[in-house]
Amino acid sequence: MGPVATILLVEDDPSARAALEFALSRLGHSVTARETGELGLEQVRTQRPEIVILDVMLPGIDGVEVCRRIRADDSLPIILLTARSDDIDVVVGLEAGADDYVVKPVEPRVLDARLRAVLRRVERDPGDRSTHGDLVIDRGTMKVRRAGEDVHLTATELRLLLELSRHPGQVLTRQQLLASVWEHDFLGDSRLVDATVQRVRSKIEDVPSRPRFIETVRGFGYRFVAP
Amino acid sequence: MMGLRARLVAAFAAVALLASAITAGIAYWLVRLAMLERVQNAVVNDVRTTLNQTVPTQLPNMMLTADLLQPISTALARQPGRRSWVLGDQPGGWATSGAKFPSHMRIPPKLIAAVRGEGRHDELARPLRGQQIYFQRITYRGVPYLVVGTPVYLPTTSGRTASPIEAYVIASLSRERDDLDRMATSVAVGGGAAVLVALLLALLAARSVLRPVRRLAAAAQGLGAGDLHGRVEVRGRDELARLARIFNSSAEALEASVTELREMERSARRFVADVSHELRTPLTAMTAVTDALEEEATGSAATAANLVAEETRRLRTLIGHLLEISRFDAGAAALVLDDVDVPQLIRQSLRLRDWQEKVETDLAPQLRARVDPRRFDMILANLVGNALKHGEPPVTVRLRRSYVPDGPGIRLRVFDSGPGIPKEIRKHVFDRFYKADAARTRSEGSGLGLAIARANAELHGGELYLLDTDTGTAFELWLPDIPAETA
Repeated sequence: MGPVATILLVEDDPSARAALEFALSRLGHSVTARETGELGLEQVRTQRPEIVILDVMLPGIDGVEVCRRIRADDSLPIILLTARSDDIDVVVGLEAGADDYVVKPVEPRVLDARLRAVLRRVERDPGDRSTHGDLVIDRGTMKVRRAGEDVHLTATELRLLLELSRHPGQVLTRQQLLASVWEHDFLGDSRLVDATVQRVRSKIEDVPSRPRFIETVRGFGYRFVAP
Repeated sequence: MMGLRARLVAAFAAVALLASAITAGIAYWLVRLAMLERVQNAVVNDVRTTLNQTVPTQLPNMMLTADLLQPISTALARQPGRRSWVLGDQPGGWATSGAKFPSHMRIPPKLIAAVRGEGRHDELARPLRGQQIYFQRITYRGVPYLVVGTPVYLPTTSGRTASPIEAYVIASLSRERDDLDRMATSVAVGGGAAVLVALLLALLAARSVLRPVRRLAAAAQGLGAGDLHGRVEVRGRDELARLARIFNSSAEALEASVTELREMERSARRFVADVSHELRTPLTAMTAVTDALEEEATGSAATAANLVAEETRRLRTLIGHLLEISRFDAGAAALVLDDVDVPQLIRQSLRLRDWQEKVETDLAPQLRARVDPRRFDMILANLVGNALKHGEPPVTVRLRRSYVPDGPGIRLRVFDSGPGIPKEIRKHVFDRFYKADAARTRSEGSGLGLAIARANAELHGGELYLLDTDTGTAFELWLPDIPAETA
């Protein structure tokens, strides 16, 4: 079953909240459930969980806003619970920094697999440190430095950058990245990749709209280019 | 079939032509009659007067000679365009006034007979105070002439008596003919002008009739194309205005009922969407706990738990489909496109459902396309699922690059070897909730699968259709190449 995670579940519907709490607890996780965004944010401050599962449709401040506020100063993994996969909320939530999303009603084992994938640590490799111009990617310390300054990446962003930089000059398709970074076994949502690439670019590129490190290869995917 | 304009113009032209022809014809005829009458009277009077003046009251008791007849003839031919002969009946033959008689301009024998009183020729006669003057019109070498003939009468104590002298005068009618010709020409010109004016008027009338007709046609066409707001302007009080009014009121009624129907349909669809949406929350809770229920129930409760779990899964599919279709209905369905290796996508899709052993694949290798992987998977899963459920093995999935006839894209065919779908229900397979077998009250699926599959294909700008086959069932999906955004 693997390691147990401490989860904060923010869901306004009582029965859905209770059922998800029950199902996740049964899978070995330690779950704290909150019913509003405000209470969820307070919980993040007082007792920091390892991962947040966040319903998008919440009374008061909605899930996307909660996500944005958490991301303002924290790289805490976040999974969105959404009603529709093609909702605009998904895109907005991903842009706000969510790591992944699942569509309701979700089967517990699917949710479990997703949150385990998001939580999975990249294996450290003390000897592996690569320099690409002024960008330094250190696999030993899991740190990325840009022009001598630390770049704060979320776990998913770091994994994406590591995956791309491990194959410099090679095009990786979105579906390949979804399999390797998000561990989606099948038919992942390419918007996850696009949104995460955008977020990484905004942190490591001088001009995110004219990227030097992560190139878009139209019709295929993305390619890491060492300048 | 002539157009309305052509028919109107033709009718106007015909009427104008007929009217001017009749009018001109009557006028010409009357004028000609009057003119001839006038000429005849003039000539006849002239002949009579001249004869009265020139014929001596007492004829000599001797042979009538040319010397005697000549002056009379000269007097009769005094007017230009006339020639004259005066004949005297002699025991030894006819004495003439000189010129050879009858001249090269033949005097009709009938007229001569009339003058000599041989037989009755009343139609040529003009009785004048007891004297008979005969005349006839002839045409000689294209020139009309009036021939006048009369016996010469001598005054006696008991009135006038006929003498053995006859006088003939030929008067040319060429001047009159020329006048009539000129008149005919002007009548023809006038008639032509009238026809032209009529044509012009016809065009104007046609325009004034056709403009509202054209407006009506455009509005009716718009109505057919779905523009229910189209109305026509009502002008005047004629039949066309009435037609326009009827059109407008019909369009209004149509718009009202269509609007009502649309509103009903919209609210029905909204209801479905709302209900499905509402159902999802309890379903989320149910889905979250059924696994536990299934795993932990024992004994007879296990059967119940399995049933609940199974039905929850089915409910999830149904509600998922209802929500999917309501997204299409609301126009809210959106493509999430990605560049994918299609054969790989197909293999993954089959493997995920444990179908790779049951399905034969014939996939063009390395075929990349820009599709929404989730929607593509839904289409494929639906087609293959149906083939496995309702058809018979082997079930084959074939993928090809497509160039014609629809344009560049990909073509996916899923076919089985079953009995096929009966011809009469083939056209209904994409209908919502259509059940091939009426007795089957409850199907495995939602009854929306193919409707959603087709909607997904159309969202890609593609098509999904049932091929017309004799055996088995074959569906074909065509998706066009979608160019990458130029972002």
